[in-house]
Amino acid sequence: MNAPSPDPMVPVPYRVQQVWRETHDTFTLELQPTDDLPERPFIPGQFNMLYVFGAGEVPISISGNPNLHTALVHTTRAVGQVTNAMRRLKRGGMLGVRGPFGSHWPVQEAEGNDVVIVAGGIGLAPLRSALYHLLSQREKYGKIVLLYGTRSPSDILYRKELEHWRAHLDLDVQVTVDRASDDWRGNVGVVTTLIPRAPFDPLNATAMVCGPEVMMRFTAQELQRRGISSESIFVSMERNMQCAVGFCGHCQFGPKFICKDGPVFHYNEIKEWLGKREI
Amino acid sequence: METLEPILAEHPFLKGLEPRFIQLIVGCASNLRFNTGEYLFREGQEAGQFYILRHGKVAIELAAAERGVINIQTVGEGDILGWSWLIPPYSWRFDARALELTRAIALDGKCLRAKCEEDHQLGYEFLKRFSHIIAQRLEATRLQLLDLYGAHPK
Repeated sequence: MNAPSPDPMVPVPYRVQQVWRETHDTFTLELQPTDDLPERPFIPGQFNMLYVFGAGEVPISISGNPNLHTALVHTTRAVGQVTNAMRRLKRGGMLGVRGPFGSHWPVQEAEGNDVVIVAGGIGLAPLRSALYHLLSQREKYGKIVLLYGTRSPSDILYRKELEHWRAHLDLDVQVTVDRASDDWRGNVGVVTTLIPRAPFDPLNATAMVCGPEVMMRFTAQELQRRGISSESIFVSMERNMQCAVGFCGHCQFGPKFICKDGPVFHYNEIKEWLGKREI
Repeated sequence: METLEPILAEHPFLKGLEPRFIQLIVGCASNLRFNTGEYLFREGQEAGQFYILRHGKVAIELAAAERGVINIQTVGEGDILGWSWLIPPYSWRFDARALELTRAIALDGKCLRAKCEEDHQLGYEFLKRFSHIIAQRLEATRLQLLDLYGAHPK
C-alpha cells in the first residue's frame, strides 16, 4: 500500500546528517527523515519549507542531486534569525520539513538545446540541482555553460565542485568576482560581462538564471542582447513565502504567487513586474 | 600574405562598417603579443591606441598606496580595451596588465583621430561604437558598486 501523501502544512521531522561550512556565511545541511517515510522526489528548482524549532520557518531551495532520493540537501545563507539558528545546528540536530513545493527549471524542455546557467551569489544553490540533472543526462543537451558571479574569491560557493566541473571537457565554467583579492587570477567584474563571449548558440539555447533580482534583470537584458529569445529565459524568484501553497498571499508578485506559481518563471511571465517599486 | 582586414571586418565592434572604412582602419592596425605580467599601458602615459583582444586576459588596475594594486575589471577575448585615445587629454587613466599570454590587434589612435577628423562619417561610426562600449562598462560598474551579493537583512 502506498503511504499517504503528507499534509503540506504539517512539518515532518528530519535529522541533520551532515553539515558543510561553504563560506563564512553559507552552509549546507544534509537531512534524513527520522521515520521510515516514503521518498520525497523533487525536480530541480523546487524548494522546501525548513522549520527550525523555536525559531521559525523559511523557504530554502533544494540544492542536492535529484537522482539521489535518500537525503535532502539545502544550502543556506545565515542572514536572519531563523537561518542563523539553522547554522547553529549540528549533526543529529532536528528540523521540520514541508515540501517540496513550487515550479521547476525546464530541464526537459531544454533537451536538444544549449543550456546557459547564470548564477549570482547564493543563487548557485538552486541551480546546482539542475546541473546535476543536466550532467547525469549529458547526451541530451548541447553545450552547457555555467556563468557564476559572486562578491569575492572567499564567497565562492561549492568551490571544489566548480573546480571539478571546470575540468569536464563537456562543461564550460566561468567564474567572476566583483572584488578581487591579491592572489585572484580569474575574472573580475559583474556576471553579465561574461555573457557576450560565452560559448553557446543564442538561437538554440535555454537560459536558467538565479541570483539577486537586480542581477537577474540585467542578466536577462544581456542574454537578449546576445540573441536569446525572452521565451527561452527562466528566472527563479524569491519573496516572503510563509504557507508555500498559495493560501496566505505573503509572496504575491503582481498577479502571481511566488510559492505556488514559481519560484521558477518564464522571464516573459513576470518581466513587466520586475523593477516596479510598488510591487 | 594574410592581412588583418577579414579579422577586423568580422569583429562585432567593427561589423557593418563600410569596406572603405575597414581599409582605412587596417592601415592603422598592428598585431601585438603581451607576455604574462606585461603592461599594455600604464596610467598617465599617452593613450596612443586601443586594443581588440584576440586571446588572453587583461586586468584593468589602479595602484593605491594604502591598498596596493586593485584589479577593477578583467577583459578578455573579443573585448575592446581603451577609449582614452578618443577623449582629450589622450592619456591612460588606469594600468592594463596581461594576466596571461595575450594577443591583440592595436589600432593607432593618432592615425584614427586624424582619419576621423577628415571624414566625420567615420568619426560618427567610431563614436557610436565606443559610446556603446562605454555605456556597457558604466552599467557593469554600477552593478559592481551595488554589492549585489552582500547580505542585506530584510
